[in-house]
Amino acid sequence: MLWSRFVAPRNTQRAAMVFVWSAGIITILILLTIIVYVLVQGIPEIGWSFLTTPPKGGLAGEGGISTIIVSTIYLIALTIGILVVPGIGAGIYLAEYAPNNRLTRIIRYGIDTLAGIPSIIFGMFGFALLVTALHLNFSILSGALTLVCLLLPTLIRTTEEAIKAVPRGHREGALALGATKWQTIRHVVLPAALPGIITGIILCVGRALGETACLYVTIGSYTGMPTSLLDPGRTLSLHIYYLAMETNAFEKAMATATVLIVAIIVINAITNWLSYRFQIKMRGRLS
Amino acid sequence: MSRYFADRASKNIVFICAFASIIILIAIFVFIFKEGLPVFRQVGILDFLFGTQWRPGIGEYGVLPMILGSLYVTFGAMLIAIPLGIGCAILLAEVAPFKVRQILRPAVELLVGIPSVVYGLVGLLLVVPAVRHIGGNGFSIMAASIVLAAMILPTIISISEDSIRAVPRSYKEGSLAMGATQWQTIWHVLLPAARSGITASVILGMGRAVGETMAMIMVIGNSVKIPISPLDSGRTLTGNIAAEITYADPEHMSALFATGIVLFFMIIILNSIALIVLKRGVRARAVE
Repeated sequence: MLWSRFVAPRNTQRAAMVFVWSAGIITILILLTIIVYVLVQGIPEIGWSFLTTPPKGGLAGEGGISTIIVSTIYLIALTIGILVVPGIGAGIYLAEYAPNNRLTRIIRYGIDTLAGIPSIIFGMFGFALLVTALHLNFSILSGALTLVCLLLPTLIRTTEEAIKAVPRGHREGALALGATKWQTIRHVVLPAALPGIITGIILCVGRALGETACLYVTIGSYTGMPTSLLDPGRTLSLHIYYLAMETNAFEKAMATATVLIVAIIVINAITNWLSYRFQIKMRGRLS
Repeated sequence: MSRYFADRASKNIVFICAFASIIILIAIFVFIFKEGLPVFRQVGILDFLFGTQWRPGIGEYGVLPMILGSLYVTFGAMLIAIPLGIGCAILLAEVAPFKVRQILRPAVELLVGIPSVVYGLVGLLLVVPAVRHIGGNGFSIMAASIVLAAMILPTIISISEDSIRAVPRSYKEGSLAMGATQWQTIWHVLLPAARSGITASVILGMGRAVGETMAMIMVIGNSVKIPISPLDSGRTLTGNIAAEITYADPEHMSALFATGIVLFFMIIILNSIALIVLKRGVRARAVE
């Protein structure tokens, strides 16, 4: 309490409030700078032709992003398609079955650790196992499988949370009617938890859209139209990277970033809306 | 009978799903070590960790410049992000009126969602030229620290805010009732009580910072040398891997995986500390 002997608490309070408010204002300014800077330069570039022509490649970075959008959609669809079974399955196990023992603690520790591993390490793993050892080469499939490993912890956690939010009474009712545990989960718990699980899946789509490092070393940089899952491809985020580092077409990079940011804002809005509805629904039934 | 069979089968299937995470974790571990260990044997662990020359062409692999690059950048980012992040968390949890929170919270959420290449792009076009005005060519530890600080800010804000909010109301009311000012209450009561969550947020932020790749490649300059001043360019461990992996020959590749091992250990240590700190916080609260 030495401090208060020299500076009146009232003044400390005032100085602290100035600091705290400046921190908030700086945070908002960072966000505004990024968004405004990208959108102002990006929006004028975006038109029908930008979205529907393929990139021409080369140093000038001419052309649009049609094939990039298609590759991105293929990659994300494939990733989510593979991800849902192990992700939701593991979420069900942890929420409904996992006994409180050492094995469960190991599994939880494993999931927590996996969630903290940086993207580039997943990329190295994908590169060594999928691209090289399994000869999948740089392909959308390699990229998708790598992304599945990266996103697994996110989907497991959100599924587990969603299932745990389902009121106990639902389960007890079903079990009392003679349903087996699995029938209860399948016909009562999962339908009730579905909005929460879908929120988790959309969250994964958002993260997949933004991911670069692990795809940089697994999916390739092909700008043509992918015709099979074994073709290489290029996602929107990767395209921004290549445009910024290998061409002078910064305005194209900004335009691509605008498309990406708009997609992410939409996804954020959907996620918020769904999870809000889900909470209301769960609380409403509890009372 | 069949529904009992389905019951048992499903239980096993979901268990396998949960176990898959462990298998993936072990597979990553095994692969990276299997590929990376040969270079330790060839160059020697100490020479690899403390060597200052990285010349794949002539078989010299010293990763110290990259270790220091990663540490400097992380430290620089923390210097900016910790005060800003905790300040903003206090604002959100205790000070700001409801309306301000309604604007600030979605802004923080959006910052999390912005992809790292976009941070890199804005860093490349705004931060790098700004640093160039101070000195050097702009691609520098300082530029990388600023970009990284913006990226980890939301992690620190959201976890710190949650932990300040989780402090029981009675603590605050007790302190205010004894005549403490709002700031005295925050500084002497709320922040110490939320210590474990705030520490964990900082460590998780550090984990993100050490692991960030693409944005770093775009603004740090990627030259292999030990940075002396914040205006020097440098290279991070992650950048070292991403920049060279696609064209490396087998020996060089092994050195890159060994770089991955170093990175892996740094991250595992940071995350384990964060998990322990967080758990301790939860337990302390449960005891109360």
